[in-house]
Amino acid sequence: MFGLSGYEISLITSMGIAVIFALSLNLITGFCGQISLGHAAFYGIGAYSSAMLTKAGMPLGVGILGAVIFAGLVGLAVGFTSLRVRHDFLAITTMGVGFLFIGIMRQWDFVGGEMGVSGIPGSGLGKPGFMFLVLGFGVLTVLFSLHLKRSWMGYAFDAIADDEDTARVVGLDVSRYKLAAFAMGTALAGLAGALYAHNVRFIDPESFGFVESITVLAMVVIGGIGSVFGIIFAAALLSVLPLWIQFIDEYKLLLYGGLLFAMMRFSPGGLAGLVKQILPKKSSPKASGGQKT
Amino acid sequence: MSKLLEVSNVKVQFGGVIAVNDVSFSLNEGELLGFIGPNGAGKTTMMRAITGVVTPASGSIVLGGKELIGLPIHSRVRMGLGFSQQLVKPFRNMTVLENVALTVGSHHTGSPLSALFKVGREDENKRARELLALVGVSDAADADPSNLPLGYLKRLEVARALALDPTLLLLDEPLAGLNHAEAHKLADMIVDLNAAGRSIILIEHNLGEVMRICSRLVVQDNGNKIADGDPDSVMNTPAVRAAYLGENTDHAAA
Repeated sequence: MFGLSGYEISLITSMGIAVIFALSLNLITGFCGQISLGHAAFYGIGAYSSAMLTKAGMPLGVGILGAVIFAGLVGLAVGFTSLRVRHDFLAITTMGVGFLFIGIMRQWDFVGGEMGVSGIPGSGLGKPGFMFLVLGFGVLTVLFSLHLKRSWMGYAFDAIADDEDTARVVGLDVSRYKLAAFAMGTALAGLAGALYAHNVRFIDPESFGFVESITVLAMVVIGGIGSVFGIIFAAALLSVLPLWIQFIDEYKLLLYGGLLFAMMRFSPGGLAGLVKQILPKKSSPKASGGQKT
Repeated sequence: MSKLLEVSNVKVQFGGVIAVNDVSFSLNEGELLGFIGPNGAGKTTMMRAITGVVTPASGSIVLGGKELIGLPIHSRVRMGLGFSQQLVKPFRNMTVLENVALTVGSHHTGSPLSALFKVGREDENKRARELLALVGVSDAADADPSNLPLGYLKRLEVARALALDPTLLLLDEPLAGLNHAEAHKLADMIVDLNAAGRSIILIEHNLGEVMRICSRLVVQDNGNKIADGDPDSVMNTPAVRAAYLGENTDHAAA
């Protein structure tokens, strides 16, 4: 199809899923400023939910919907902890959520324990069909992110990300906005997880561990926290590099860690910030926030 | 004149320290009230009790007939309480204009869901420009607040508080850190706002300006209210003179 080999189709599918996953974290960390080090748990909840639902005979649509709802509900619950703790404490709390998820999945026989879930039904659309499904969801996620950024919700998120106390002073119900960010971001992670499950058709707890959480965070930071296009680029590139070049797969953590470090040291705005520095300035004199997309 | 704000027997305690002790005062509609006192008198604590940052141990604070104690800060703000803080806190990831426009559009941000479906900021930007012009900082509209001098940021705070179109405007030391000319200008602006019908409580150290513009003063010292009345008679009260100048002083105050 379109001259794409099966291999290229699977690369594009993986890229699409990574973009949805990275943009889902961007809603929470990039837009609303709430750090999460356990985002892979919601990816996992989505994957397990859709896997179990479809294995029980439900159609793909129900599996995906269930994944979105389950992940979003758990995300909402975790969001409540973000109302109590901030900054580094929130980072530790969300990291704990990630480990808790792995711990439960390993012990829970219903979802296969350590062995995971195999024989997950495919999409029934064929490889190219599934690629288009993923790309369709990817485009919707991108459009949603761009809309959110332009909306008054994005405006309020900017304020909350900068200074919660002052956000209250200008009349923002900070708690509700943070819960909304967690619910939306984790629901989208659930969507990405469901697509992942039906793509690889085998999942185990290790697929959603701490390394995955850090990988997706690296995509967001390297792309540029809060920047939609920077993150699309970083997620696409970083997801496909290890698949493309076997050599990189062996040094994946080293590469991500190094890039993460280099970005924080030399360009805290990520790739998007770098592009902004290089390109001649347009009308807006400020460096970040507000209208940038 | 009807009472807009009624503070009754408010007591705020931090551990063993009583910061505000059984203080009552009220604000009439359309009044410009100066709330003054020496350093450490508990003025800002009183203001924080009204805004909701600290919770009083006892007492009541009623705005427009509704009890404020127990409500979160953002609800009080949406009930018509606008305030500028002593320490300026602009959103540093936004321009000056965006800082104000966000607050102008507070009716869009009441609930996250409705905020999600609302796009477009032209009207809010227009109104924000008017407010910036009103406080005299329109030349800095597109600037990053991180690069601005304190005088600009103080006025940005006032513009942001006004953006809510509050029924009661609480200004906590808006003149502090400004030079004489700047302070005079901002004080004149506060008078203009009051003349336009805005009810204002001004917490201020700059006694000269307070005496010049306020129609009534409430004086607090060591957490206790020590005077309440028109500026001249208040400043001639022995307790007020003692508070400002130390005990047994014969010289005139401020």
